[in-house]
Amino acid sequence: MFDWLTVFRDPNVQWILLGCLLLGLSSGVIGSFAYLRKQSLMGDALSHAALPGVCIAFMLSGSKSIFFFLIGAAAAGIVATFGIGFITRNTRIKQDAALAIVLSVFFGLGIVMLTQIQHSGNGNQSGLDKFLFGQAATMMLSDVMIMAVISILLIGICALLFKEFKLLSFDPGFARGIGYPVAILEQFIMFLIVIAVVAGIQAVGVVLMAALLITPAVSARYWTEKLGLMVVLSGLFGALSALVGTLFSATGNNLPTGPLIVLVATTLFIFSVIVAPRRGVLSKLLMRASVRSNVRREQNRLQVTKSEEAI
Amino acid sequence: MSTFWIILTGALVASTCGIVGCFLVLRRMAMIGDAISHSVLPGIVIAYLISGSRDSFFMLLGAAALGLITVFLIQLFHQSGVQSDASIGVVFTALFAVGVILVSMYTKHIDLDLDCVLYGEIAYVPWNTIHLLGIDIGPKAVWGVGLALLLSIVIISVFYKQFKLCSFDPALAAALGIPVVLFHYMLMGLVSISTVASFESVGAILVVGMLVVPPSTAYLLTERLSRMIIYSVVIGCFSSIVGYYVAYLLDASIAGSMISVAGGIFLLALLFSPTHGVIFRKYKQRRMIHFHTTDAPNS
Repeated sequence: MFDWLTVFRDPNVQWILLGCLLLGLSSGVIGSFAYLRKQSLMGDALSHAALPGVCIAFMLSGSKSIFFFLIGAAAAGIVATFGIGFITRNTRIKQDAALAIVLSVFFGLGIVMLTQIQHSGNGNQSGLDKFLFGQAATMMLSDVMIMAVISILLIGICALLFKEFKLLSFDPGFARGIGYPVAILEQFIMFLIVIAVVAGIQAVGVVLMAALLITPAVSARYWTEKLGLMVVLSGLFGALSALVGTLFSATGNNLPTGPLIVLVATTLFIFSVIVAPRRGVLSKLLMRASVRSNVRREQNRLQVTKSEEAI
Repeated sequence: MSTFWIILTGALVASTCGIVGCFLVLRRMAMIGDAISHSVLPGIVIAYLISGSRDSFFMLLGAAALGLITVFLIQLFHQSGVQSDASIGVVFTALFAVGVILVSMYTKHIDLDLDCVLYGEIAYVPWNTIHLLGIDIGPKAVWGVGLALLLSIVIISVFYKQFKLCSFDPALAAALGIPVVLFHYMLMGLVSISTVASFESVGAILVVGMLVVPPSTAYLLTERLSRMIIYSVVIGCFSSIVGYYVAYLLDASIAGSMISVAGGIFLLALLFSPTHGVIFRKYKQRRMIHFHTTDAPNS
């Protein structure tokens, strides 16, 4: 018990905790819109697509500054969202295939650039790929500050444009009908996802950032039918999993933070699948059992009345 | 000789993935290749921990088992009401996280390099040969991927009609008494076999790309499934040949170049395909408008 308390007192852990918490919160919020718009895997695609951006940023600047990396990753992410949008709007290729195409081609290009940099004998390049696989323990105060600003921005924008995003998620045709700039708003949501992904890559890495966007949102969907509540719940789930995961990682068993956060989120998801009211497995089983017993009782009563009539 | 083996391996991977990938693109499950290539990680680690050897047979077995479990879990969550893209995302990230944790828990002092196990490098294919009766019969990767290709060709050509119907109209297929779920699992089994057989030798990204990019390109060029499969195989083989030489010129990753070339071909098809290309469609639209405005009697 004492262990847990000392962990909180370590200022370094406090920063990491705060950073991960904010990250979980904001990606949970934006992730629930992505889930409803069937773009859950967008996070996965964008976080892979960031690689060429990071490489170009390195080639242009020649330094390993996190700031340039973030800008490069964000730029590549935006190009990738344009690509995905262009393919789905202009051809009959569906969104999932467009995502997978952009993911693999961008990542392939990124690998070509990465090997090119490595072979060109630039001694400064080591650790370029490590940027993409992330480790929360390396977060510093400045990173946490950036993350805090980004999360507050993301959550603020989602709160302000809640009505528009809601309509866009459920009925884009109607939104277009009443004169919303649907294409711009769609691009804007993708832009927000890009920002969340880029902010998170450094902390938890490429693959696991995708999980932070998906899993809390799916879990939240099990508990409610209202979008507002779902967004809040999803943010809470994200923050909770980040908190617990970081604590586990900090208590000294030396496990990486990102995967632990994802595992906590997955546990929450499985818990939701089983016990959630109305949609959960248990409640469905209970409902089925009660309906069955009702039907049986009806049948018995019918038989009794029939046999009474016969007498 | 090593050039030949590398290109042959690339072409075999492209053909295997091209055939299976067509059905994935049609059934809107394109991301499943990406999911499988990540979620096999715990299988590989567990196989390694149990067998204690880095013999690739055990690892392949573990990977294949996890591939099937992934597919099963995705289907399970999808049936319980989660959207299919989200259920793919939840399952593969969770399994990947388990894998990373297993790696960092048990294999800290053992050399199980993630880059080597999970993301094989096609350039090393020619050196990893197998011997039969003392005779060198070629790289292991060629045999592994070749067997996967043979298997998918046999199964898909035997059940071609059923797979076709299940991809385009599963409801009709179910009404006609075709066991749709069985064929779904058969297809997914083929996907995970091809993915697992390929990525160990050539790297996950090449597999993920080849599963989607050439079939999507072919999808823009034709309206017939049979032609789509053939086009996709041809495009895949072509990009692996060209990609090899591009990588040779640039001194860069071979797998990455192959995917980039395939991406370039996709871009060409996206812009210039005679039926679905953006530019031709715009041109046709404009001609239509022109035709109607000049032809209309009153204006």
